[in-house]
Amino acid sequence: MAKQRGALFPYIIWIALFVIAPIALIVYYSMLDLSGNFTIANYKAFFSPVYLKMTLTSFWYAFLITLFTLMIAYPTAYLLTKTKHKQLWLMLIIIPSWINLLLKTYAFIGIFGLYGPINAAVEVFGFEPKQILFTDFSFIFVSVYIFIPFMIIPIFNSLDKLNPTLIYAARDLGASSFTTFLRVIFPLTIDGVKSGIQVTFIPALSLFMITRLIAGNQVITLGTAIEQQFLVSQNWGMGSTIAVFLILSMVVIMFLTGQKKGGRVR
Amino acid sequence: MRKLSSASKLYLIIVFLVLYAPIFYLIYYSFNSGGSMNDFESFTLEHYKAVFKDSRLIVILINTVIVALLSGLIATIFGTLGAIGIVSIKDKKIRNTLLSLNNVLIVSPDVVIGASFLILFTMIGVKLGFASVVVSHVAFSVPIVVLMVLPKLLEMNTSLIDAARDLGASKRDVLTRVILPYIKPGIFAGFFLALTYSLDDFAVTFFVTGNGFSTLSVEIYSMARTGISLTINAISGLVFLVTVFVVIGYYFFNNRSKRIHEGVQR
Repeated sequence: MAKQRGALFPYIIWIALFVIAPIALIVYYSMLDLSGNFTIANYKAFFSPVYLKMTLTSFWYAFLITLFTLMIAYPTAYLLTKTKHKQLWLMLIIIPSWINLLLKTYAFIGIFGLYGPINAAVEVFGFEPKQILFTDFSFIFVSVYIFIPFMIIPIFNSLDKLNPTLIYAARDLGASSFTTFLRVIFPLTIDGVKSGIQVTFIPALSLFMITRLIAGNQVITLGTAIEQQFLVSQNWGMGSTIAVFLILSMVVIMFLTGQKKGGRVR
Repeated sequence: MRKLSSASKLYLIIVFLVLYAPIFYLIYYSFNSGGSMNDFESFTLEHYKAVFKDSRLIVILINTVIVALLSGLIATIFGTLGAIGIVSIKDKKIRNTLLSLNNVLIVSPDVVIGASFLILFTMIGVKLGFASVVVSHVAFSVPIVVLMVLPKLLEMNTSLIDAARDLGASKRDVLTRVILPYIKPGIFAGFFLALTYSLDDFAVTFFVTGNGFSTLSVEIYSMARTGISLTINAISGLVFLVTVFVVIGYYFFNNRSKRIHEGVQR
């Protein structure tokens, strides 16, 4: 098949132009100040308490979002594999994930609004309506809502591949259903969980539209900060510095959740 | 297979309700003659009419579709050639390096892709607008196409190519009459995914679109930032309808090709 090598040419150009060049440019710009001189001031600024605190809270939120998403998605995926028409049910889970993310986020502006259904329900129980929008609760809730289908799909796939005789064997050998889950099912589906964490944690660090629309200025994630620096403050140097750290954290997460056998997307 | 307990069923029902509630909430109020998402006054189609009357919105809709089709097409060509090229590489190290580079854009956060492309386009001097949006959509769709086509190529028996060559087929014939027909399902799946990625993208487009050009996601974002507008609800209704049709179509297409494929293998 060596004669097909000519096919590689446009692809290599794509890699050079849109994979290597952008990363190089981000690193280059992270060392420039506003007037284009070389400086490490951006990195110094990043290690100032303001940015460090922002980074830590961003990670904390991403951690919480991933945790809650996993806690909801795993049982759902597990129960889905037990249903009769499981592929059909899975498709019904996938449909909401295909609706434009902004539309789903927008829905919560109404739902969490001061006169929205949640507050109406709160009032029925005799409580005062409260502003739920623009709080960190609403940010976490909406993010978890958005990521649930993306977490369910890989976990469902790995549960579906699990050989059921292993579970019978564990039960026959006297393991309780909890032990079976802890020692057999969960370890064997850990790859699905890892993929799920990948597709949740990294976007949770970087999605800026949810924070902008739902959390107001209450929550600032790494993604929000990058958008702010690039498009509002026009400080591309500082924005690139934050982007460098976002890329680094992505690499760390990929490394931690890397699969030994070379997992494949979808 | 054991039947699901009623508690499990209840759990699944709640998850489904939560997943669909915001979407139906949006669609429900798209028929509201009042201007808000709280009090349903009376049934009306005026918001749908407003969508179709708003020529600016229609132009944006057409733009979005053109960008998706065009970028999907170009990305499919590049990606398919790239996958064929990757397979032709014998050296395992080079192949794995290319594959890792391929995956960079898939796992990269959207903000980073958007910001780095913004720097890239400004440096090269590409005017922000239609061209920059199409090029960046091509850029982030290429790796997806490669990932969809690659497995098909890898499972292809190389003696098919040898046989074609022995029987006197030219290089071009081998490509168009043997390889391409064999990997066709992968190419279609890649094109399809590229379309959905393009239609769904917000963050990258938001960075690289200039003032004059807008896609649906960017438009929804700027509308949602100014508050509730039932036109967005009407758009959600339309988007939901299209999505359901597309998902059902994809499901059947996928199932059919899977069945044909399994039939061939066994």
